[in-house]
Amino acid sequence: MRDVAVIGIGCTRFGEKWSESFRDMFVEAGALALEDAQLSGEKIDAMYVGNMSAGRFIEQEHIGALIADYAGMATRHIPATRVEAACASGGLAFRQAVIAVASGMEDIVVAAGVEKMTDVEPGASTDALTGAADREWEGFVGATFPGLYAMIAQDYMHKYGMTREQLAQVAVKNHYNGARNPIAQFQQEITLNTVLKSTMVAEPLRLFDCSPITDGAAAVIVAPLDRAREFTDTPIKVLATAQASDSIALHDRRDISTLDATVAAGQRAFKMAKLSHKDINMVEVHDCFSIAEICAIEDLGFCKKGTAGKFTADGETALGGKIPVNTSGGLKACGHPVGATGIKQVNEIVQQLRGTAGKRQIDGATIGMTHNVGGTGATVAVHILGRV
Amino acid sequence: MVGIITYGVYIPRYRIKVEEIARVWGANAADITGGLGVFEKSVPDLDEDAATIAVEAARNALLRRHVDPKEIGAVYVGSESHPYAVKPTACTVGEAIGATPNMTAADYEFACKAGTAAIQTCMGLVKSKMIPYGVAIGSDVSQGAPGDALEYTAAAGGAAYVIGNDDPIATIHHTCSFTTDTPDFWRREGQDYPRHGGRFTGDPGYFKHVKGASNLLLEQTKKTPKDFTYAVFHQPNAKFPQKAAKDLGFTAEQIKPGLVVPRLGNTYSGASPVGLAATLDIAKPGDTIFVCSFGSGAGSDAFDIEVTDAIAGDKFRRDAAPGVEQQLKNPIYLDYARYAQHKGKLVMQS
Repeated sequence: MRDVAVIGIGCTRFGEKWSESFRDMFVEAGALALEDAQLSGEKIDAMYVGNMSAGRFIEQEHIGALIADYAGMATRHIPATRVEAACASGGLAFRQAVIAVASGMEDIVVAAGVEKMTDVEPGASTDALTGAADREWEGFVGATFPGLYAMIAQDYMHKYGMTREQLAQVAVKNHYNGARNPIAQFQQEITLNTVLKSTMVAEPLRLFDCSPITDGAAAVIVAPLDRAREFTDTPIKVLATAQASDSIALHDRRDISTLDATVAAGQRAFKMAKLSHKDINMVEVHDCFSIAEICAIEDLGFCKKGTAGKFTADGETALGGKIPVNTSGGLKACGHPVGATGIKQVNEIVQQLRGTAGKRQIDGATIGMTHNVGGTGATVAVHILGRV
Repeated sequence: MVGIITYGVYIPRYRIKVEEIARVWGANAADITGGLGVFEKSVPDLDEDAATIAVEAARNALLRRHVDPKEIGAVYVGSESHPYAVKPTACTVGEAIGATPNMTAADYEFACKAGTAAIQTCMGLVKSKMIPYGVAIGSDVSQGAPGDALEYTAAAGGAAYVIGNDDPIATIHHTCSFTTDTPDFWRREGQDYPRHGGRFTGDPGYFKHVKGASNLLLEQTKKTPKDFTYAVFHQPNAKFPQKAAKDLGFTAEQIKPGLVVPRLGNTYSGASPVGLAATLDIAKPGDTIFVCSFGSGAGSDAFDIEVTDAIAGDKFRRDAAPGVEQQLKNPIYLDYARYAQHKGKLVMQS
């Protein structure tokens, strides 16, 4: 297997992009990534695109071909493949691109992610997202994602005694980081009270515990490590790619407040990279809800089960803490265009490792991790990236 | 100079509080009043509709100043809730004020800005001397589906403006519009309630058009927000006009007299005209008023208005008809059940 490196990244601003279409967004992200890699489109051998639900959101399927076409690559007939794993679509698209290069099958491959979510009314987007859960056993009986993650939060708080205030600190910290990220949907800091007094969505989760509905696209370009310096002075090596699955329905899990797929993917990634959690300088985790970040940092091994609330409230996950989590602002503040999130996470870690993350830069960062979840944890993708 | 000869307002006496609607739908009233800045809204009586409100408003206008009904050459009524799909409300109004039959009439629809569109039409007819006077009305018994966000604000009321050339109480120096095809809010033929694009109604709808028309008017008149004593913006809730005013450079004091939505709700086609009327209710000669309406679909009409000495002269008696403040006082509060009955939300067997 060949070593693989990221040679280019690009990301649109995230937010309610009323005047930009699905096509506009992925073309912009792709062009930015090509420009970053100082690469002409003629060099691209293949594309993988993460997208959860264009069929529901914009009534468009066949996204692989669409992207190749609008990226100007259809006339070269390159293979272009859509990857779907709900909110982990982007993470899996990146993994497919890495595998394609590692195998020797392709050389220069684009991994992209895109979602246009604001063309439908909020009820319709909530329902489309519910497709990431078990439609027959969860969705049809009324469960929504806020409801499912609220059950995780209830169970977690009951078992481990985390306080409502500790949980709210996840959002406060992510907004602080988002305020330092020029592509973030929400670039304003908030206080504990902003979270605690916001509208109740599903007990105990309030509005500011929930990631928003977002439009956006992101792209990265990967190449064999031994060719990477043809394109960039700062190639970022893919040290590990891991993926795991679990039951699609939350109620079928061994323990609903531990995401076993996160545990499995995390362990596989550390084993592949021959590293441990102590070697990671910062991690982008999947905080679709504040409780998801709490579970993620424990399940990846950054703190002991049941302690992440205190760990967060103590500032250990903030910029300058023991393990900075979601320096991009996470899904909460940077926004969550579901198919694009996994690729945006890679974008963020690459920026940190290149030392170009501006006001949210972690000094001397050499190794970073991404964690992308589909549904309530039925699919998890974990990647470890490092400077070379 | 073309301008407002007289004006009148009608607001039904019934109200329902936002907290009562929130109680029924299990919502948190404080979140809604905090988000919208609206606390209660007007509700029509059992036998009131957009036509009766238009008639009352027109009659109140004529109580304030004598205008020979035979010189009224046009009646235009803007509404989203005309009682008939086919049969003009404007004819009912024309008949009720004695202006028929030598007049032209038509019903207008441009979501919440049909009333100001009617004012512009009358200005054209009057300026071109086709008619001596025209009556422009914005009147609605606004629809909001049960449980929808619109239900907290959709209110009833209207205002009538007599437009003419001769000795106006307020001169309309200039008007301009900003219009695009934007699907932010709509109701199809045969549907009882409008639908809307949620947050899409904000930036790409209301703000784009209100700011578009407002900036166009300021540019064309070479004026700045400081040149106006007062400003009135379309008010679907209290937050939108406050933000638009702030972004454009108007102060909270300038919009205060015309910001009636917290106690009235959104009277759709009546909203900007009633806001202007509330401002005229307290205006003095020489005061200048900036007005910008908004109608979904979408467009805005902006006006540069200056109050004349005639508002304090003997031909115009402001007190001869009840002002907006007076009509907002002494409401009769309804619970949700009575409200549902008044709004025809209870479908009874005939």
